Amino acid sequence: MAGQIFSAILVIIVGVGGCVAYFWGANKTLDLVFPSRGVSGGTAVDNLRRQAMIRPWLFIGPAMIILIVYLIYPVVQTLYLSFHDRAGESFVGLGNYAWAFGDREFRNSILNNLLWLLVVPAACTFLGLIIAVLTDRIWWGTIAKSLIFLPLAISFVGASVIWKFIYEFRGADQVQIGLLNAVVRFFGGDPQVWISLPFWNNFFLMAILIWIQTGFAMVILSAALRGIPDETIEAAVIDGASPFQIFWKIMVPQIWGTIAVVWTTITILVLKVFDIVLTMTNGQWNSQVLANLMFDWMFRGGGDFGRGATIAIIIMLAVLPIMVWNIRQANKETGGH
Amino acid sequence: MAKASGKSFLGRFGVHIAVLFFVVLWTIPTLGILVSSLRDKDQIIASGWWNSFAGSVQTENGRLPPASAQQEKDGKFVIEGNLFEQPGAREIRAFGTRAVAPTEFEAGTVAELKDGATLQINADGSFVLASPTAFEGERGQRVYFAASAPARFTTENYEAVLFSEGIGRSFINSLTVTIPATVIPIMIAAFAAYALAWMRFPGRALIIATIIGLLVVPLQMALIPLLQLYNGVALFFGVPSKTYLGIWLAHTGFGLPFAIYLLRSYMAGLPRELMESARIDGASDFEIFVKIVLPLSFPVLASFAIFQFLWVWNDLLVAMVFLGSGADQLVLTGKLNALLGSRGGDWEILTTSAFVTIIVPLIVFFSLQRYFVRGLLAGSVKGG
Repeated sequence: MAGQIFSAILVIIVGVGGCVAYFWGANKTLDLVFPSRGVSGGTAVDNLRRQAMIRPWLFIGPAMIILIVYLIYPVVQTLYLSFHDRAGESFVGLGNYAWAFGDREFRNSILNNLLWLLVVPAACTFLGLIIAVLTDRIWWGTIAKSLIFLPLAISFVGASVIWKFIYEFRGADQVQIGLLNAVVRFFGGDPQVWISLPFWNNFFLMAILIWIQTGFAMVILSAALRGIPDETIEAAVIDGASPFQIFWKIMVPQIWGTIAVVWTTITILVLKVFDIVLTMTNGQWNSQVLANLMFDWMFRGGGDFGRGATIAIIIMLAVLPIMVWNIRQANKETGGH
Repeated sequence: MAKASGKSFLGRFGVHIAVLFFVVLWTIPTLGILVSSLRDKDQIIASGWWNSFAGSVQTENGRLPPASAQQEKDGKFVIEGNLFEQPGAREIRAFGTRAVAPTEFEAGTVAELKDGATLQINADGSFVLASPTAFEGERGQRVYFAASAPARFTTENYEAVLFSEGIGRSFINSLTVTIPATVIPIMIAAFAAYALAWMRFPGRALIIATIIGLLVVPLQMALIPLLQLYNGVALFFGVPSKTYLGIWLAHTGFGLPFAIYLLRSYMAGLPRELMESARIDGASDFEIFVKIVLPLSFPVLASFAIFQFLWVWNDLLVAMVFLGSGADQLVLTGKLNALLGSRGGDWEILTTSAFVTIIVPLIVFFSLQRYFVRGLLAGSVKGG
């Protein structure tokens, strides 16, 4: 254990030191190879031009190598693997895709993912917006926001334990120590094993993600709301608009762009949701989702890389429209100046 | 923002109530595990944590003294005494003599046993067992009783999980993964971000577009090829495939697009005059970056560091794929997931372990919330 701590510290030193040495050394070398001082004017200009050509690549080189090895190559390779068998050796064409759409568990995952996509981003955005509007009006709003924001710092596994405790079920004749069953009992209902109720259990898992992500939506939307000019709202008040009219007809349209960003960010997160399902049900009782199914196939029976890759590609296809939209937006912005 | 509505007393009151409702709803789940982690483990299963200050009622059993303790009184054989060592510390609610009906009789009543014997147990624990015939045997009468126990709070659970459940070791492992995986990407990203923001070179726009595209690529796309790659490298060099170095680099790779994106948009917003005047003074790009841009970028570097720290600390997927499940490599999230399987119903272990895993992020979060929010706004308002 001491050795482990020591090696971690060593890595930080070697890593940071290595980075410093590389960047400093590469720059120094460039200056030595193409000197711009102490040479004739013409050579200096030439050398400066050469430096300007090479230096950006020295700066960006390490990042590009890591991005290529850890993201770009894997994306291409995953696409390749999705057309191959479990060991990635023989070509099977669309065999894995055909398998996927015929597989009951896969179809169940797709349906569940759609359900998550329908509910979670909408619920987070809606709740976040409501809370942002409300907390902006009261003196203790900052404290309230902090507390609602707090679950964002908690890991999905930690949150799963927290909520599993809330959903805890004990026999009908015993004391209920899970909050939800205690409340149900208080109102005269029968305690339930919430996470194994097919179909409805999805919603109990979604509650966890909504609990975590509402704070995110709230913070972003709250900042956007503050950006609305006071005069706009004052004018509406003078014209006799009701609070609900102001909210729906003035505030919401003004921050429409931000709402879209929050919505898409949570949508991407939902497509990747894995930890919550793994720890709560591991896909049992019809609660499987794509990301967990993919993890499952990576290791099930020694691992089926072809099927795992296929499921990853399908998640990627769902993200693709958002990716294209983002790149277009960014191009528009940089093209402007 | 203008206080457009809620001018009436009722309206303002309603807003307070509504916010309070949300705050309570959002806080209670975490409060539940915090309170439970400090409770006595028998009390956790005896009553809901929301009742923990009221004490709990537990059903226990014991034996009355054997026949040798009997005395003869008024023609009856009597055994007297108190169930508790300290009378009055706890309160008996009900008692019984059969396991199937442990709370058959209310405290203070006289229960008829077989052969004309009677048993009375009072709320303070005192009992009177009487019989017309002499008691016999080495073993005393078996009794069951429901007794209230005062609320008991303890740090025993923490001692247990930290030192005997292996959470302490996993805590160290998590730190081992997290700190290098947070520090390494910052430097690499900072140089790249500067180049993309302030240097002119062919292909720059394409690289920026690629990075924005990579921002949303699901991690799932990278897992299988990297697993193959790691296995291949390990086989070739004859080293283990699951190493800390492997996960540090993996987290660096996965964190880089966001880091570059975040730092680049911040650096691009720095005043152009600053760079140009330095350049006129003969400073090279390297000097401009180190002496001007880096110090000015401190807030955004802090934002990214917090993001990456929280993301790596809270990650389960990458750790499960690239690290082993032995005690020397199991991180907190993985350990918690394993405990959910092996100690499923032991809530004293689970709640305490969960609290240990979330305490570091909560501290980071509360002490550096300003930077965190700033990073969040910069990272997502523009489109990530």
